[in-house]
Amino acid sequence: MTYPENFRYTKEHEWVSVEGDTGTVGITFHAQKELGDIVYVDLPKPGTQVEVGKTFGSVESVKAVSDIYSPVSGEVTEANSLLAEAPEKLNEDPHGAAWLVKIRLANPGDVGALLSAADYAAYIGE
Amino acid sequence: MLKQTPLNAAHRALGARMVDFGGWDMPVQYSGILDEHNTVRTAAGLFDVSHMGEIEVRGPEALQLVNYVTTNNAAKLAAGQVHYSGLLYEHGGFVDDILVHKVAGDHYFLCVNASNQDKDYEHIAAHNRWNCSVENHGERYAQIAVQGPRAIEILQKLTATDLSAIHYYWFADGEVSGAPARIARTGYTGEDGFEIYVDPGQAEARWNELLDAGRESGLKPAGLGARNTLRMEAGMALYGHEIDASISPLEAGLQWIVKLDKGDFLGKAPLERQKAEGLKRKLIGFEMRGRGIGRDGYEVRVAGEPAGWVTSGGPSPTLNKNIGMCYLPAAQAQPGLAIEIVVRNQPVEAVTIPIPFYKRAK
Repeated sequence: MTYPENFRYTKEHEWVSVEGDTGTVGITFHAQKELGDIVYVDLPKPGTQVEVGKTFGSVESVKAVSDIYSPVSGEVTEANSLLAEAPEKLNEDPHGAAWLVKIRLANPGDVGALLSAADYAAYIGE
Repeated sequence: MLKQTPLNAAHRALGARMVDFGGWDMPVQYSGILDEHNTVRTAAGLFDVSHMGEIEVRGPEALQLVNYVTTNNAAKLAAGQVHYSGLLYEHGGFVDDILVHKVAGDHYFLCVNASNQDKDYEHIAAHNRWNCSVENHGERYAQIAVQGPRAIEILQKLTATDLSAIHYYWFADGEVSGAPARIARTGYTGEDGFEIYVDPGQAEARWNELLDAGRESGLKPAGLGARNTLRMEAGMALYGHEIDASISPLEAGLQWIVKLDKGDFLGKAPLERQKAEGLKRKLIGFEMRGRGIGRDGYEVRVAGEPAGWVTSGGPSPTLNKNIGMCYLPAAQAQPGLAIEIVVRNQPVEAVTIPIPFYKRAK
């Protein structure tokens, strides 16, 4: 699997892609593969304040519940409505259509502390 | 060091994801839990259940010992017949739930849960007042389960034993691919199927032959993940979840394996008392109404008050709902009651429903 060069990654297996003052956040291909069949995604409502390193929602597979940790701080501007109806999309396209939330960044500098694609790939042993 | 079944290398070769399951290195999934689950419901799945334990009781008074340590009435079994039973402590809670196979009047073959095997053996041996031989034979048997509507046609290709003549919960000692095998028409999925006991040295050959024989019927290897969702839909108990040392078979809805009229057995007195005085709590099914999944250990509330706990819960791939089982005060353990499951500090609406959730068409 190739991890997009323009994303930044956490050791908890989230990614963030920044455009202007907005970060789009998702979970990685590796994360969805480890979780297995995803059946439920719990996301925060627009307007929710999230903080870097703190959990803002959860992803559930058939077997287990997994917290999602925010890679950045800011305000949620949109939650991906696709996932309420079709959580399995997270297994199919975790780096694309199945993004989780968009966040207006409180501090764009947060992203600098995250892993590059190469570092993340090395971290997960790929 | 995790224990391994004789099929460990075969699982790894198939790309299974392996997990520590009660000290055993076991496959939790191959192609994915949902795919494996649906394959078992529509075609067939192949499971390695070699971690399960086997205990053999032999001797002229084998029936006396088996009937004293179990709740069902083993005197009713014919040779070649199997039944589900409870192994209870004197206080009426479960040591384990087991399958009792009557091989002959002086030989009973018990299939027990992997992680309970040594405890079960010691428990039975401690109550052996009849000079029976009680042997812990888990390492002498590998066990492979073929489960699903097409299991019979797949296994029939490899055995001369007429499988259609083995009724549900009966077994035959025969051969699979020319090697001795105990072939039981039992399972833990809610589907038709067979559980085959073979020599561990033969297990990998049998596994691979079954996969080959089943290819055109849609057979796939299936792991413990699918085994759990399948048994949950079928409303079958799992030790450590629906039943344990603190739970009686009456509370767990297993009164059908309790034969109070068969003579003395371990746990009889407290069960009679429970029956006379009424149960404090009972197992009941639920389905989620709100968004969220009730999982093992979550609190259950009735009218806003803590009332019980979830024993098993998760998505039901066949019914396409989120279901589970929970304990509630007996008076409330009726279908149709609005309840709440506390999902990560958030009460989510659910409603009680009968168990089982799924029954195959016969």
